[in-house]
Amino acid sequence: MLSYVIKRIGLAAVITVLAVSALFLIVHMIPGDPVSTMLGPRATPEMRAALEARMGLDKPLIAQIGLFFANMLRGDLGMDVFSNRPVTDIVLNQVPYTLTLILVSISWSAVLGIALGCYSAVNRNSLGDRLTGILSVSVIAVPAFVVALYSLLIFAVKLQWFPAIGAGDAGDWGDQLHHLVLPSLAIGLSWVGYIARLVRASMLEVLGEGHIRTARAFGLPERRIVFGYALRLAILPTVTVIGVGMGFLLSAAVFTEIVFSRPGLGKLVIDSITTRNYPVVMGSVLFSTLIFVASTTLADIINAILDPRIRAGK
Amino acid sequence: MTDLTVPKPRSELGEIVYHLVRDPLGLTGLVIVLLILASALFAPWIAPYDPIALNVPDRLQGPGAAHLLGTDQLGRDTFSRVIWGGRVALQVALPTIGGAILIGLLLGMIAGYGPKWIDNLIVLLFDTVRSFPTVMFALAVVALVGPSLNTVIVVIMVTSVPTYGRVVRTLTQSLKEAEFITAEKSLGASTPRIMTVHILPNVLGPLAVLAAMDIPTVVGLEAGLSFLGMGVKPPTPSWGSLLNDGYNLIRNTPWLIIAGGIPLILTTIGFTFLGEALRDVVDPKLRGKGGK
Repeated sequence: MLSYVIKRIGLAAVITVLAVSALFLIVHMIPGDPVSTMLGPRATPEMRAALEARMGLDKPLIAQIGLFFANMLRGDLGMDVFSNRPVTDIVLNQVPYTLTLILVSISWSAVLGIALGCYSAVNRNSLGDRLTGILSVSVIAVPAFVVALYSLLIFAVKLQWFPAIGAGDAGDWGDQLHHLVLPSLAIGLSWVGYIARLVRASMLEVLGEGHIRTARAFGLPERRIVFGYALRLAILPTVTVIGVGMGFLLSAAVFTEIVFSRPGLGKLVIDSITTRNYPVVMGSVLFSTLIFVASTTLADIINAILDPRIRAGK
Repeated sequence: MTDLTVPKPRSELGEIVYHLVRDPLGLTGLVIVLLILASALFAPWIAPYDPIALNVPDRLQGPGAAHLLGTDQLGRDTFSRVIWGGRVALQVALPTIGGAILIGLLLGMIAGYGPKWIDNLIVLLFDTVRSFPTVMFALAVVALVGPSLNTVIVVIMVTSVPTYGRVVRTLTQSLKEAEFITAEKSLGASTPRIMTVHILPNVLGPLAVLAAMDIPTVVGLEAGLSFLGMGVKPPTPSWGSLLNDGYNLIRNTPWLIIAGGIPLILTTIGFTFLGEALRDVVDPKLRGKGGK
């Protein structure tokens, strides 16, 4: 078990290094000098001089990448072009907003999706199952920002049931929750369909296995078989899918934050692009990549803990 | 008198279409997809107005006889912009997915058939590319090189390669062990021959399914980036820029958002239905494993 965890974390570290280097190289491949590219047209001469020194532009490319990593490990991602505050601080201020939004979205959709999936598997081929099936497939690919725009139009602008803008008053939980309803609906909707289908398929597979048949033969009530034994195995694929889906969740969060003018990584990136504040753009992209790599790694490890076949095999 | 004629066997493609049309989900998907393709193809004849012609006196009208879906803030006909927007969506989606499939096929087959170290290297490459959240990565690139249709195509293509590559790799690996390949090898068939004549045709079916399901994702991404002002440049009509106009004018008129969203929802539903049905026809074993 431990060796699997170490191997998996090692792989994540290698991927992070490669991904960050790739990002670094992209900045360098753009025509023009990297300092102008990174700082944008609004940089002052002092900032240019500071960045040139920090990046070690006179050194070979490999040394520059090394320097970049050394700075990154110290938490130094450069300075904001406008406020001259450290990029790390600015980005870290926004991360909790995005993570809260993603966690709330995936939680409600996982609960509903698992419930619908179980219902469909137990009542296979019933009208409810078919209806759930068609609805799931219909919502799976609908882009989050379209759901966001429609719910904004209907529930915030026309009906005025929910607020249209912002994340709510700091410290007022009720208000914050009220502001989370529409954005988390937009992000979570497609996941309900996706998880429902996934749980249905794996539940049907599990229900056909030997130990479940044994439980049935012993006369255990169906309810206990489904919820006590089968469900635990049937939600395993969901864990992986949510981990791998973090990239989709982050992407959906970008759009949703823009539509509802919520603070967060997405809003930060877009605002920084429109003001050509490149260090902040790069810092945000870097952080979201780190979050993504961490979540896929975590999902794999959780899966290995829950399912002994993974850590033993392949 | 009994009729002894044996029914003529259908071709493989005919077989697929036959099963597709009998599945209500598949038929619905096929009809929607054909409608979208036709409207994009024949946009100049279907659209009643020039999609970028300004007509300021008629701005922000609701749906009516003159303008089926109303007009935007510059008096442009929304229906015409929706029809032409479909063209832009497909102009992005088709080359993007085509390119991603080609690169994915090549890398995936090399990884699946080649020596272990090449396999490890390519898988690591796939994992690295996949570690960027697509939209964030796209935004970073757009921030550096500026928004354009080509930027969108290249970025989404690069980030889609691992999806196809991994499937091709897995299929190639399992085919490599198949008896008919071993037989071919013992008969002296060369590696290129095995790859192109035996492995390639067996990989194409699952890839087609994946592509059908991936089209809505790509169309959604293009629309999303254009919505953020990071994709197609104005005045080119795109469903995303239509939604952006609608978002800015949401308190003046609901029609731009309604009109911009419906084609996106139809496209996603159409291609997803088609992909699902196609998958059940091509490989019943994959049932219930598609999606994200």
